[in-house]
Amino acid sequence: MLKTFAKGGVHPPENKISAKSKIKDLQLPETISIPISQHLGTPSKPIVERGEQVVVGQLIAKNEGFVSSNIHSSVSGKIAKIDNVIDSSGYKRKSIVISTEGDEWDKNIDRTDKLITDFSCSSEEIINKVIEAGIVGLGGATFPSHVKLSIPRGKKAEYLIINGVECEPYLTADHALMLEKGEELMVGIQLLKTALKVDKALIGIENNKPDAIKHLSELAQNFKGINVYALKVKYPQGGEKQLIKALLNREVPSGGLPVDVGVVAFNVGTTLAVYEAVQKNKPLFERIVTVTGKSIKHPSNFRVRIGTPVSDLLSAAGGLPENAGKVINGGPMMGKAISDLSVPITKGSSGILILPESESGRRKVRSCIRCAKCVSICPMGLEPYLLMSLSRKNLFDRLESNRILDCIECGSCGYICPSNTELLEYLRSGKATVSQLIRTSKK
Amino acid sequence: MSSVVLYTIVSLSGLGVASAIVLFFVAQRFKVYEDPRIDQVEERLPAANCGGCGFAGCRNFAEAIVKSDDFEGLYCPVGGNETMEEVAKILGREAVAQEPKVAVLRCNGACEFRPKINIYEGVASCAIASALYGGDTGCQYGCLGFGDCVLVCNFDALQMNNDTGLPEVNDTNCTACGACVKECPRDLFELRKRNKKDRKIYVACMNEDKGGIAKRSCSVTCTGCTLCFKICPFEAIEMNNNLAFIDSEKCRLCRKCGPVCPTGAIIEVGFPPRKEKTDDDVEKSITSTIDNPDISDNDKNNKSDN
Repeated sequence: MLKTFAKGGVHPPENKISAKSKIKDLQLPETISIPISQHLGTPSKPIVERGEQVVVGQLIAKNEGFVSSNIHSSVSGKIAKIDNVIDSSGYKRKSIVISTEGDEWDKNIDRTDKLITDFSCSSEEIINKVIEAGIVGLGGATFPSHVKLSIPRGKKAEYLIINGVECEPYLTADHALMLEKGEELMVGIQLLKTALKVDKALIGIENNKPDAIKHLSELAQNFKGINVYALKVKYPQGGEKQLIKALLNREVPSGGLPVDVGVVAFNVGTTLAVYEAVQKNKPLFERIVTVTGKSIKHPSNFRVRIGTPVSDLLSAAGGLPENAGKVINGGPMMGKAISDLSVPITKGSSGILILPESESGRRKVRSCIRCAKCVSICPMGLEPYLLMSLSRKNLFDRLESNRILDCIECGSCGYICPSNTELLEYLRSGKATVSQLIRTSKK
Repeated sequence: MSSVVLYTIVSLSGLGVASAIVLFFVAQRFKVYEDPRIDQVEERLPAANCGGCGFAGCRNFAEAIVKSDDFEGLYCPVGGNETMEEVAKILGREAVAQEPKVAVLRCNGACEFRPKINIYEGVASCAIASALYGGDTGCQYGCLGFGDCVLVCNFDALQMNNDTGLPEVNDTNCTACGACVKECPRDLFELRKRNKKDRKIYVACMNEDKGGIAKRSCSVTCTGCTLCFKICPFEAIEMNNNLAFIDSEKCRLCRKCGPVCPTGAIIEVGFPPRKEKTDDDVEKSITSTIDNPDISDNDKNNKSDN
């Protein structure tokens, strides 16, 4: 019997059409725009000026405070401007625009493919490297990784969980990474274990990636304390709390963090970034992005420099198909449609999905019939139908007491709803307002 | 038989008298003194419970105003100066008169001026749409047009105009309670001084983009060209973030700024039509009004630069 999480979950069609595609390097874009706020927390502060020459891997925006992250140049060239440019939030935000000239890397970065297994670093050294390299959670939440690595006083981590679940349909970036960068991943896991001072690491992979499970299990035999677990396919298993429940049968308390149950979880992409930062001195300026969709010519996984416009990725994958109805940043369940193709890839973009017109439209919204399907599939044990009507009526105190803040915005409720009600939208808006009200009342 | 009736009456009456005595003393002991003026003040208030004063309802406001020593920060925008004078009479104080205000929408991006560049299919709510992205036009500052403000208005002073896709303020009904100001996720409503005959001149734009970029997304945008700022004889116009703002307290309604605006972002309402002048620019901006004398003044400048 394969492990999985207990409460709820849905089974959307997997559609992993780009699974067979090897990771390809994308051609360098002519200009890139790097938003200064790509992570959760305070936006970074630009430290370069217009007209300045930069090289690949050079620090261009410095973190502001603890929950923030450094940002590095992903190309070499000249700073064209620091201006408001549209990003994946759908708004114009402050970004650093660089016009590419050649491909000159920072001298300290080791560009070779050679595997380095130097485990002499101490915990503090690793955390400092992670801060310097500007690593954030690459699974999509973009939470600065050094914050997770710094265990609060009085708490202790027992397990490191590596998230290779990739439960979003269509996306295959993590899958490709696990197949091609297995050795590096193992070194990265060892480094994270040292940083967290834990000796057990669990890798969770869904059963629809048997090649990755086999590959990593073989590699893990050479390392003490790394175990690979195959998990039953179920969305949203990639959610941190769901994965912890599936692997360890521990439940993160409402409003708590995984470390409260002795667990710290990292995505495979983040783990690779940690390896590169510590062993190769390479800051986080590129990531793997899946470009996929049923009608796209060459669904592929690309290694993309942060700041590359989405249009460049689409042309590399065979152009925007004629019947395209929506371009989505992320997967079909949690991703967000983008309104402009010049939107840059940021640290949190794991995929670009093109849905044909026939699939992208919203189905007719009917009234809620209280069938409670959303209640039975909610992986957090909430009552989405109730939260939706409370959010509609702006009853924020009742939203809070009905645990709206526990919602992980996975979209399962909206997916299952036979009346096609706008559950996710109302839940998101209610959650945002409630957390804002709490923040202002604390001040 | 009759004894049963008698006993019942006697015992129940006794019980009643005993409870009455107990209740009398309890009531004396736990008596809560309430200032009778609170009720009097509340009677004078409009009973709209709109929250425009900053309190949850009229009763809360009455309690606060009776308790406080002066009228600082306490004003009922719906009742206005008249109500406040009556309230002051009850409390034996001097009322502080305030200029009456009216809400204006600082966006004129009707469908014809601001082309749509994408299609939004989500929930028809400004709050949700604005949390998702910058909107279905190129302007991320402008009106989203789902009418959250109309739903929140208690006085029937706002309604959507289906031709322009923008809400319209009915000056007669508007009480300046400020509900729309709070509701609009784009902060497009402003409470401005109410002038004679409801005349007003204001910059109907909140676009902070640089001129060229703003102009691309909307033809009636304020480009931040500063022409109005330079011509204003009363220093009523401020320039901030590529955007002009006319301070309604300082503005004397001289109408010099309207004709110089190259995009027609400055809107004049409630004025008689301008007389024809020899100056070319001015002539251009008013031709439409002369051709169609029926068109209200606020449409006049919009057409100058298309």
